[in-house]
Amino acid sequence: MEGRLFVFLLGRALPLALATGLVAPALAAESADAKDEPAAVQQRVIEPDIERRDIKEPRIDTEDFEVGGYGGLMSVEDFGVNTVVGLRAAYHISESFQLEATYGQTDTGKTSYELLSGGAQLLDDSERKLSYYDLSFGWNLLPGEAFIGRKHAYNTALYLMAGAGSTKFAGDNHFTAVAGLGFRMLPNDWLAVHVDMRDHMFDTDLLGEKKTAHNFEAQIGLTVFF
Amino acid sequence: MRVGALLWFCLLSGLVPALAHAAAAKPVVTVADPYLEMHTGPGVGYPVFHVVERGETVTIVKRRTEWFKVRTDHDREGWVDQAQLEKTLQPSGEAVQFGALGFGDYSARRWEMGALGGDFGGANVVALYGARQITPNLSLEVGGSQLLGSFSDGWLAGVNIVHNFFPEWRASPFFTLGTGLVHIEPKATVVRTEDRSDQYAQVGTGVRAWVTRQFLLRAEYKSYVMFTSRDDNEEVNEWKVGFSFFF
Repeated sequence: MEGRLFVFLLGRALPLALATGLVAPALAAESADAKDEPAAVQQRVIEPDIERRDIKEPRIDTEDFEVGGYGGLMSVEDFGVNTVVGLRAAYHISESFQLEATYGQTDTGKTSYELLSGGAQLLDDSERKLSYYDLSFGWNLLPGEAFIGRKHAYNTALYLMAGAGSTKFAGDNHFTAVAGLGFRMLPNDWLAVHVDMRDHMFDTDLLGEKKTAHNFEAQIGLTVFF
Repeated sequence: MRVGALLWFCLLSGLVPALAHAAAAKPVVTVADPYLEMHTGPGVGYPVFHVVERGETVTIVKRRTEWFKVRTDHDREGWVDQAQLEKTLQPSGEAVQFGALGFGDYSARRWEMGALGGDFGGANVVALYGARQITPNLSLEVGGSQLLGSFSDGWLAGVNIVHNFFPEWRASPFFTLGTGLVHIEPKATVVRTEDRSDQYAQVGTGVRAWVTRQFLLRAEYKSYVMFTSRDDNEEVNEWKVGFSFFF
């Protein structure tokens, strides 16, 4: 094996590394020119008595992160609708964009085939559990305010999410594309209530024919900003 | 009852100084422009409901992205955008600066984390990595990938060293060399073959571009050689795109 590693290093890595080596000295030569100025020029005639005060960034509580949990219903194609629970963490890049990571799990039910045939079991209990994680990008499409009565106004946003991740179901991991629409309302500065619709799409051949399964999820969640 | 009251007293006496301290630490700035506009929410679309005139002071309560929640002397609270707040003055008379993380910080970064997705020899790949900057040019990365193929799943875990050719450029090409372990297992619905774990070596190239604040875009191509227990090595090509942030 060591021999093969050597061949790999010599054949592939060395040419690229050599190319790098040719570029680096050229860059180093450029910076060396600046040091050739006479010392007298570099020394200042008058040394200022007062040192310039550095403007320090004021300590401000920055709340760009959001974490929380959610619960709801998830329909797993052919396997019924069951409750789903999950965790969510988001980072707000700007007033319009955010990055979000989610992890959720649900139990799935029996297919129509399993119910009608009586005893046939397609999956064992551990394979029936579905869990997923995904990373997605969100866009606050319609930011706004919601009013309750005369006195209360709450900030809201309708946002679109799209991303990718992995779903573990029926003993396999499936590459999963996620797309959804969500609504966020903030009762105060640091708390947010979410209502989300998501579609988790992955390819499966579990029931013989290969197809893209659409697994819809409806959830309500609570997050805090920090 | 008495115990309850005592408990409340202890709790409040502990809390109040803590809260007072937190309040005291919040920066106060003076409006230098003709006026400062306060919005009802942290976004350009939210209506302006109050203006603070030149010479008045406001307390900065918190920040969300480029918006700052401020409180006036009359206890009105609203959101002000960064550009306007930077035209206010600190008690020392100096202009307020909120160092939005910029390209300068990118050059001086130490840690970096990112997520990428792409194709690994026909299978989908999702990857996470963390990096430590050693010199402006060199960084050490540790990462893991999940492989999601039609016939098999698997994971990769490894370390690699990255040479950034022009760290002072906004978009800089890089070269990478690394090694690690790869584990492949066939899908449950496919005829059973053995799971296997092998060592791999990898060489690659890519581009890293600074986008905004602490965010980077990254695209890379890697060539893997798996040192299998069979007679032949297996070669796999991978491309990925993703984003990362530094801190």
